[in-house]
Amino acid sequence: MSQSNIHAKIRSNPKFAELVGKRTRFAIALSLIVLVPYYSYMLLVSLQPQLFAGKISDGSVITIGWPIAALIVVVGWLLTGVYVNRANGEFDRLTEEVLKEARK
Amino acid sequence: MKRSITALVAGTLLAASFAALAGPGAIEGVEKQPVNISAIAMFLVFVVATLGITKWAAGKTKSTADFYTAGGGITGFQNGLAIAGDYMSAATLLGLTSMVYFKGYDGFIYAVCFFIGWPIILFLIAERLRNLGKFTFADIASYRLDQNRIRTFAAIGSLTVVCFYLIVQMVGAGQLIQLLFGLEYNTAVTVVGILMMVYVTFGGMTATTWVQIIKACLLLGGGISLMLLTLSQFGWSFENLFVKAIESHKAGEKLMIPGSLMADPISALSLSLGLLFGTAGLPHIMMRFFTVPNAKEARKSVFYATGFIGLFFLVTMVLGAAAISIVGTNPAFFEGGQVGGKLIGGGNMPVMHLTKAVGGDIFLGFLSAVAFATILAVVSGLALAGASAISHDLYARVIKKGTATSEQELKVTRMASVGLGIAAIVLGIAFKDQNVLFLVALAFGVASSVNFPVLILSMYWKGLTTRGALWGGIAGLVSSVGLVILSPTVWVKIFGNKAAIFPYDHPAIVSMSLAFFVTWLLSVTDKSERAKREAAAFEEQYIRAQTGLGAEGAHAH
Repeated sequence: MSQSNIHAKIRSNPKFAELVGKRTRFAIALSLIVLVPYYSYMLLVSLQPQLFAGKISDGSVITIGWPIAALIVVVGWLLTGVYVNRANGEFDRLTEEVLKEARK
Repeated sequence: MKRSITALVAGTLLAASFAALAGPGAIEGVEKQPVNISAIAMFLVFVVATLGITKWAAGKTKSTADFYTAGGGITGFQNGLAIAGDYMSAATLLGLTSMVYFKGYDGFIYAVCFFIGWPIILFLIAERLRNLGKFTFADIASYRLDQNRIRTFAAIGSLTVVCFYLIVQMVGAGQLIQLLFGLEYNTAVTVVGILMMVYVTFGGMTATTWVQIIKACLLLGGGISLMLLTLSQFGWSFENLFVKAIESHKAGEKLMIPGSLMADPISALSLSLGLLFGTAGLPHIMMRFFTVPNAKEARKSVFYATGFIGLFFLVTMVLGAAAISIVGTNPAFFEGGQVGGKLIGGGNMPVMHLTKAVGGDIFLGFLSAVAFATILAVVSGLALAGASAISHDLYARVIKKGTATSEQELKVTRMASVGLGIAAIVLGIAFKDQNVLFLVALAFGVASSVNFPVLILSMYWKGLTTRGALWGGIAGLVSSVGLVILSPTVWVKIFGNKAAIFPYDHPAIVSMSLAFFVTWLLSVTDKSERAKREAAAFEEQYIRAQTGLGAEGAHAH
C-alpha cells in the first residue's frame, strides 16, 4: 500500500480526529494552567510586591511568597506527570489503533 | 486546532514586551587559590571513571546514529537525568544560591523563571520533536522546506548558540577552577577542552549521556546532602533558618519579599519569556530528544528532567537562604575578616563557603570536583550539538546531498569535535578576564529568535515557506545580535558610552517578535510554486508529528 494511501486512511479515520482534538485541547489546557498563574505571578511580584508580604502563620517570619513560588515549581512538575500519564496511556492507545487500522 | 495553538503562541508573545534575561552567575575577577589536593583527587576519580565509560562507549559507537543519538537506546529515565545534567550548570548552582544569599526572595523568582519552560516544552514541543527529527533540530526545521537554505541556516543558528554558550562555559570553567582547585586559568581551560574532545570524539552521544547522568547524580546527591547537613544545624526548622537569615542580612525583613530586581514589569516579563523560549531553542537540549526510542520515552524524559531540575532549584533556594546566616556572619569567609565586606573568591562563592562551614574540607573538595564535572558535562553536550550541525547538516546533507557514507560522516563529525574543542580552548583563553555576560544574552537571544521561531512554526503552521523561514531567521539573527550590542551590558559597560540605545539587556522579545512577524509576512505573500509544494507537504508531516508514523525508531544493534 502506498504511503499516501496510508495517510488518507489515517486522515479519514474519526479516531485520528479524536486523538488530535483531545490531545491538543489537553496540551493547551495544561499550558494555560502553567502559564496563566506564572505570568500573573511575574506581574504581581513586579507591580504589587507587598501582596507577598503576608506571613504563612501568626508569629512566623516566613512570607507567603516562598510557598507560592515553591508551589509553582511543584505544580508545574506534577502537571508534566498528569500529561505523561494520559499521553502514554489513552493517547498512545488511540495512536496505535489509528496506525493499525491504516495499515490493514 | 492548529490555529488555536498558533494563537496561543502569538498570545504569549504579545503578553510580554521585552525580554530581559540574565544567566545566573558570571564569575567576577577572582584570584588563584592554593592548590586543593582533595578536590583534585576526587575530580581525578571522576575523570578516570568517565574515561572508562568513554572507552566502553567508543566500542559501541559504530554508526552515525550511535554517534549522534546513542542509537536511540537511552531510556526515558536515563534521558531525564541527562537533560537535567545538560541544564543544571555550575553557574546554576553558584549563581542561584548567590542570588538568594544577596537578594533573598528575588533569587526564587529567578529560579521559577528558569524552571517554567520545562512543562511547556513537554506539552507543546517534545513529542513532535521526537516524531519528526532524526539527529538535529535542523531536521525538523527543514523537514518540508528547502534543504540547502533552511538546513544551512538552522545549522548556523545552532552553531552560533553553541559557540556563544561554549565561550561562557569555558571562561566560567577557567575562573572557577583556578579558584577551587588552584590551577592556572589557561591550564584549566585546556584541561576542560581536551577532556571534552576526548569524550565527544571517541564516545559520541553514549559517553556524553553517561557523563551527564553521573554528573546529574553527583550534583543532586551533593546538593541534597549539603541541604540536609545544613538543615540539621537549624534544628530541621525552616522557621529557625529564616529567623537567623533575617537577623544576619542587612536587608532584614525585606529579604522575604520581592525586591528591586523585578521592579520593572517589562523586564520581568521579558526575562521569563526569553528563558522560556530560549530554553526550547537550545540545540544541545533539543538533540537529547532523539536519544530515546519513541515519543513515549521522550515524554517520560521530560517528566523526570522537570522533576530533577525543580528539585535541584528548590534545594539551591534552601542553600542560599542558609548561607545568609552561616556564611554571612563568619569572618573567615570575608576578605580581611570584614563581615559584610567582599566575600573571598567573589560573589558566586556563598554555596562553596557554606559547604566548607557545614561539611569541612573533604565536602568542599567533593563539591568542587562536582562543579568541575558539571562544566565538563555541559561543554560536552554543547560540542556534540555543534559537531552534529557541522557533519550531519552541513556536510552530509547540504554539501554531499545525502550521498556521504556513514564512515565519511563519522570522520567529519570527529574532526568537527576536535575543531570545536580547539576553538573552545582558544576562545576561552582569548576571553579571559572579559565580562562574558553579554554572551549569555546573545546565546539565548539567538536561540529564542532564530531557532525557536522556525522550529515551532515548522511544526505547527502549514503556511510556513522557505522564503518566510529564511528571512524571518535572518531578521531574528540580525536584530538579536544588534540589540545586544546596543544594550547596557555592551554599549555602556564594554564600549563605555553614557546611555544604552536599547534599554534592556536581553533582546528576545523585540527580536523574537520581529522574527515571527517577518516569517509570517514573507510566508503568506509567497505565491511561488515551491511555497505550494511546501504547504502540500505539511499533511504528511502533520500525520507523522501526531502519530509517529515513519519516525526514526531505535537503532539498537
